Amino acid sequence: MERNMRYLAGVTTLRFEPERCTGCGRCVEVCPHGVFALANGKAALTDRDRCMECGACRNNCASAAIEVRSGVGCAMALVSAMVARRGGTGTPECGCGSG
Amino acid sequence: MNRERACTADESAARWIVGTVDTPAARVSRIATKWSWRDRVEHFRCRVGSFRNRYAVEPGLYAVGRPGPRSEVLVTANYKLSFDHVRRALDGIDAWVLVLDTRGVNVWCAAGKGTFGTEELIRRIEAVALDRVVAHRRVIVPQLGAPGLRAHEVQRATRFRVHFGPVRASDIAAYLRAGLEATAEMRHVRFDLAERVVLVPMELVPAMKALALYAAFVFLLFGVGPQGFRLEKGWSAGLSFAGLGVIAVVSGALVTPIFLPYVPGRAFAVKGWLVGLALTAGYAMVVPAIHGSGLSLAAFAYVFAPAASSYLALQFTGSTTFTSMSGVRKELRYSVPLHLAAAAIAVALFAAHEVAAWRGT
Repeated sequence: MERNMRYLAGVTTLRFEPERCTGCGRCVEVCPHGVFALANGKAALTDRDRCMECGACRNNCASAAIEVRSGVGCAMALVSAMVARRGGTGTPECGCGSG
Repeated sequence: MNRERACTADESAARWIVGTVDTPAARVSRIATKWSWRDRVEHFRCRVGSFRNRYAVEPGLYAVGRPGPRSEVLVTANYKLSFDHVRRALDGIDAWVLVLDTRGVNVWCAAGKGTFGTEELIRRIEAVALDRVVAHRRVIVPQLGAPGLRAHEVQRATRFRVHFGPVRASDIAAYLRAGLEATAEMRHVRFDLAERVVLVPMELVPAMKALALYAAFVFLLFGVGPQGFRLEKGWSAGLSFAGLGVIAVVSGALVTPIFLPYVPGRAFAVKGWLVGLALTAGYAMVVPAIHGSGLSLAAFAYVFAPAASSYLALQFTGSTTFTSMSGVRKELRYSVPLHLAAAAIAVALFAAHEVAAWRGT
């Protein structure tokens, strides 16, 4: 990733509870932005602001030490969901090319 | 949503299926590791239009080279473009490719939807009787499939351990050589120039409809006068301002995505606005009518084009590999009201010009 390609800081919903961590390293393995690293047998957050909330770490944490509200970082999907919410449903979903 | 699988075995099999391999479970199709010209033409069509929506392969097990019970199993989606990248990356390697039914969607997007997921992987491992095809208990899943599945649940259900392979198919060979070890570099998504460029057509195509609509309105409004509508008047007076629409599209859907890392700001709405402002100013230097048609129209140009560019740039968040939902939501909170306000002000400025012009004649 080019160095200056960072998105807004201080917005991610990523939460990590080190007490629950068993140090299996799955989060380090699955994160596409290197948000986690292993240190002293446990995972640690390195650069939270790089989190894109894909949910890979949470899904693959067998000890439920990670929480994040995952979803698509897509303006079109979010706007569509906002409009849809008026009518009942409203989960942002990526809809490019479907239909 | 119920997409038909138009491109399945019957019509396309002969092109990239090059033989068969017998396993204790079933006879498996052997696939080519080179792309044909036809593959390349189809890939191009995927990048520019809706062809990608029906570019799927039949889910199931495939063989590359002469794989046996000790060969690795690589999992992928049934979007043909994803599948093609995997088979090309396996040139010279004996391996199994397990294709999940993601309804023709690529791995990362399908993982986000959950179709590339725990249940489908478990189901597919059982459907092809993978435990009878290979003597080991490993499957290699692309790392970008991780948002869709829970590796520990797959292992509990099938006793196959999920190894997350590299992000890019081109690193598969090195990953296999290293004994299923990925370097940090292989684990990180990039978003370099080539990756951004291939996505630009899908920003430009939808923007063209809005552009045509905008241009039609401009020609109509410039052509209308007390004497009724006169086409040549609309054309000659409107052309410079219709061109602003082109500037907005080029700015928001082409220049901003391509120069993304070099445009100041982190918010896409800000980036798009800045590029739009710069290009509008440049356009006005070349096209004197922008500044020379009265204050209302000059103001219209600077309100409309940067805001339209900002709106279009915001749409590109969906194509990037690093924007989060929380971040986009934050951007939308302030940019949507501003975009709407800009649209209203632009309409008002245009109307002010029209009123003044009518009075003058």
